[in-house]
Amino acid sequence: MEGQAVKAGFDFLGIYGFFDGLMPESLDWLAFLVAGFILAFAIINALVVSTAVYTWFERRALGKFQSRLGPNRWGPFGLLQPIADVVKFMSKEDTVPDGADRQVFTLAPIVFVATGFLVFALIPLGSNDWLSRLNIGLVFIIAVTSVNTLAIFMAGWSSRNKYAMFGAMRGVAMLISYEVPMALAIAAVALASQSLSTYTVVTNQEVPFMLVMPLAFFIFVAAASAEMSRTPFDLIESESELGSGYHTEYSGMKFALFQLAEFMAPIIVSCIVATLFLSGWRGWGPIPGQVWFILKALVVLCALLWFRATWPRLRVDQIMEFAWKGLFPLSLLNLFAVATEIQLLRDPVTGALTDSDMWAMAAINWAITGIVFLAVSRMFARKQLQRPLPKPSPLANMGAEAE
Amino acid sequence: MFRLRVTFDGEVVLDVEPVFGYLHRGTEKLAEERTYVQVVTLTDRLDYVSAMTNNLAYVRAVEKLAGIEVPERAKYLRVISSELQRIASHLIATGFLLQELGAFATPLMYCFRERERILELFEMLCGARITVSYMRPGGVLQDAPEDFWPALDELVKAMPQYIEELEGLITSNEIVLARTKDVGVLTAEKAINASVTGPMLRATGVQWDLRKADPHEVYDRVEFDVPIGAIGDTYDRYLVRVQEMRQSLRIIEQCVKQIPKGDIRSRTAYFIRPPVGDAYGAVESPKGELGFYLVSDGGIAPYRCKIRSPSFINLTVLRDLLAGWKMADLIIIFGSTDIVLGEVDR
Amino acid sequence: MYGAGMAKGLLVTMKNFVKPDRMFTVQYPDRKVSPTELAKMSGVGVFTFMRKNPKTAFKAMTGQMTVPARLKQHPRFRGEEFTWYEQRCTGCASCAKYCPLGIIRIVTSPSGEQVQEGQKYHLDVFDIDIGRCMFCGLCVEACPYDALHMGSGFEEGKYRRKDLVVTVDRLKSQPKHPSTWFRPQIQGKEGYHPHGEKDVTWQEAGRHEQPSRKHQEEKWAKR
Repeated sequence: MEGQAVKAGFDFLGIYGFFDGLMPESLDWLAFLVAGFILAFAIINALVVSTAVYTWFERRALGKFQSRLGPNRWGPFGLLQPIADVVKFMSKEDTVPDGADRQVFTLAPIVFVATGFLVFALIPLGSNDWLSRLNIGLVFIIAVTSVNTLAIFMAGWSSRNKYAMFGAMRGVAMLISYEVPMALAIAAVALASQSLSTYTVVTNQEVPFMLVMPLAFFIFVAAASAEMSRTPFDLIESESELGSGYHTEYSGMKFALFQLAEFMAPIIVSCIVATLFLSGWRGWGPIPGQVWFILKALVVLCALLWFRATWPRLRVDQIMEFAWKGLFPLSLLNLFAVATEIQLLRDPVTGALTDSDMWAMAAINWAITGIVFLAVSRMFARKQLQRPLPKPSPLANMGAEAE
Repeated sequence: MFRLRVTFDGEVVLDVEPVFGYLHRGTEKLAEERTYVQVVTLTDRLDYVSAMTNNLAYVRAVEKLAGIEVPERAKYLRVISSELQRIASHLIATGFLLQELGAFATPLMYCFRERERILELFEMLCGARITVSYMRPGGVLQDAPEDFWPALDELVKAMPQYIEELEGLITSNEIVLARTKDVGVLTAEKAINASVTGPMLRATGVQWDLRKADPHEVYDRVEFDVPIGAIGDTYDRYLVRVQEMRQSLRIIEQCVKQIPKGDIRSRTAYFIRPPVGDAYGAVESPKGELGFYLVSDGGIAPYRCKIRSPSFINLTVLRDLLAGWKMADLIIIFGSTDIVLGEVDR
Repeated sequence: MYGAGMAKGLLVTMKNFVKPDRMFTVQYPDRKVSPTELAKMSGVGVFTFMRKNPKTAFKAMTGQMTVPARLKQHPRFRGEEFTWYEQRCTGCASCAKYCPLGIIRIVTSPSGEQVQEGQKYHLDVFDIDIGRCMFCGLCVEACPYDALHMGSGFEEGKYRRKDLVVTVDRLKSQPKHPSTWFRPQIQGKEGYHPHGEKDVTWQEAGRHEQPSRKHQEEKWAKR
C-alpha cells in the first residue's frame, strides 16, 4: 500500500529537520512547535489570500455564466477588487446594536472563521507532510465543522433582531440535520481506509474513493454544500426573503470576517473532498503532489460554482425532508454496503485490502447506486412530472382551440 | 414600492394586507389637463414594462370616441409592436420569478439579454426603448426604417432557440418543480369572481383572451393559439407565459408576411375634439385586460379618463392565494402574479 | 430519471459560459484594450507598435489602457438634447404650446425680417428645462418649419439644477447633429449618422425650401 513516490515540490520535512538539528536533544518538542508555528502561519496566510483571490474568481466566473463581465475596474482584469473590498470594509463604522450581547456579538465571527482554519490543519499537502498526522483526523473534521452551527446561532442571538434570529434558527436546524449524513459518509471512508487519520486515508487510497463509493461521494458533496449554505441550500442568506439573515446587524470588519468565512468554506470543503474522495496529493509523473492536490481541489471548486450559478434554492421544509428522508437513509445504506463488502473481501489474516478488492467494491457500489437512483426515479419522478392536461374551463370560453 | 403586511404563525402565513400607493402620480387627474395626443406620453409610464400596449389601449379608446379610422399598415405595425412588447414583458416576469426562487440572477440575466434585442428594435422604430409614445390616434407615429425588417427577421429566427434554452434551464428542473408545483392555486371560479384577467386567468383553465374575444387591429387575420394551464398554480402561470411568448412570435411572423404598403397615420387635427360621449377601449396587455374609459365633453382634453389596470385587479386575490402557505412561498406566489406598481398606483 | 432536469440546466449554463458571442456587456464610458487592438487602431503592425511605444504597450498588456467607448445607437435615437436652426425658426411657439409639461419658455420681439411673409420674430428667450423634460418629442412633432429637432447625445449631467436649462445661446452655438426621429428628410440623407462628422445645414434640415423672394413677389405682389 505504499504510495507512489511522488516528488514533493516543497520539502516539509525540511523545516522540521532544520529546527531539529538546531535545538538540543531535550528540546525536541520546541523544534516541532517552532516549525509547526511557521508552517501554520504560512498556511493560514495562504488560505486567507486564496480566499481573497477566490472572491474575485467566483465573481468573474459567475459573470461569465451570466453573460456579463465580473469586476473589471480595479487593476488588470479586476484583480485588485478584493483589495478594494477590504478597504471598503475597513472604512465602515463598526456598529453594535443597542441591547445586543456585546461579547457574544464580537465573538461570533471569530468563532466562524477559526473553525475553517482549524480544519485545514488536517489536510495533507504532500507525502512527507508531518503537520497533518493527527490520528483522529476525521472525527476532528466532523467535530470542528459542527462549531459552525454554534457560531451562526451566536450571531443571530446576540443581534437582538427578530429577522436575524429567524434566519439563525432556520440555519441551525438545517446545519444540524446535515451533519448526520456527512458523518456517516465520512464513516464509510474511514472503514475503507481502515484508519481515522487523513494522512492514512490518502496513502491507502490507491483507487480514488469517489470511484469506490460513489454514493458516499454524492452524499458528502450534498451534505457539505448544505453545511456551507451554498445554493441550492442557501436559505439562511436568501436576500429575497429575509433581509440578510443572521448577519443583518453586522458591518465593517466583523462582517468582513463573515464574508471571509463564507468564501473560505468552499475552498476548505473542496480540499476535504479532494483528500477524502479524490486521493489527495497522489498523481503521476513529474508533476509534484501539491500541484495534483490543487488541481483536484480546483475541479471540485469549479463544480460547486457551477451548481451555484444554475440552480434555484429549496424551501426550508424541503431541505429538511431531503436530509432526513433522502440523505440519511442513503448514507445508512452506503455504510451498511461498504461494511459488508469490506468484511467479505478483506484478507482474513492481515485484515488489509488490496487494489483488486477496491475495484470489486467499486463495481458492486456502482451497481447499488444505479439501482438506488432508478428506484428513486420510479418513486418520485412520476409523481413530480405528472400534470393533468389543460382542459378549457366551461365557465367562459371563446370557442378557440385549446393548447 | 409595495408593502405587504403579513401576519405569521411561525412560518405559515395567516393574513395578508397589501399597502400600495407609493407610486401614485395622479395620472387620471393629469389626463384631464392634457390634450388627447399629450395623454399618450402619460400612458407610457403606467405599466412601464410594457409601454406599447398601454399606448394601444388608450389610442383605441380615443379612436372609438372620435370615430377615427386607422390605415392597414398602421394596424399591422401596432400588432407587431404589441407582440414584441408582450415577449419583453413576459421575459421580465419569468426572469424575476426565478430571481425570487433564488437562482442567483442567472436566468434573470439571460432574460434581460434577450430583452435587450427587443428594446433595440424599439429604438429603431421610435427612438426610445421603454417610454415609447409610439402610437397616436389615427395610426402610429413613424414608419419603420429599412434596417428594421432584417433585424426583426433575425430576432424571430433566434428567439425560439433561446426560449428552448430557457425552458431547458427551468421547466423540468426538479428544484423549480418542487418549489412551484401546486403552490398558490387559484381556482377558475375565484378568478372569474374577482375579475382576474391575463395569464393568471388562463393558467386556471379559463380560455379567455381579449385578442380572440374582441379582435381589434388585425388579430382576426392571424392564426394563433391561446395557451391555458391545468390547475392554476405558480408553475402553470410560468408555463402559460412561456407559451404565450412562442405564440407572439408566430403572430409576428405572419404579420411580417401580410403587411401592406401605405399610410401609417390618418390625418387628424392637432387638437382632436371628439363629440360629447364616452368610450371604453381595451386591449390584452401582457398582464391582463388594460382598459381606458374616456369621457369627452367636446373639448381638447378628456373630461375623465379612468384606467382599468390589470395588475390592480389581479392584486385583489392575493389574500386568497397566500393564506396557508409558508414565507418562502409568499415571495414566489407574489412574483408569479406579475404586478407592476406603475399600473397599480397610476 | 430524477435529476435529469437539473442536469439539463447545468448544460445550458455551461453553453452560455463557453460560447464567446454570449457576452453582452457594453462597457461605457471607456473600455480596456489589448496591444493588438491599439496597434490596429493606429494602423501599424503589433510588434512595430510595441517597439515604438513600449510603455503604452506594457500598460495595455497588464490591462490598464482604456479607450473611450460609445454605445451603439440607432440614428433615430431620441436623445437628451435639442438641435435648433434659428434660420428656420419664426418664433411661432408651437413647440411650447404642444409640450405636455410646459417647460419651454419663449419670449419674442419683432425683428423686422421677412415682414412680407409675416415677420419672423427674434427670440429673446427660448428656454427648455431639461431637468423636467421627458424627451417625448411632441415639440419636434409640432414644429411646422422643422426648426427644432431632437439630438442624440445624453451626457447632460450638471451639478446644479438651474444649469439644466438650455438657453437660446447654447441652442444657437451647438453643433448641428440632429437625430433622424420624425425627420424623414434627414434620415434619407446619404450616409448620415448623428455621431458622424457631417453637419446638417439649415437648408437640408427641412422638408421643403423656403420660397425665394422672387417667387413670393411673383405670386403675391405682382398678381
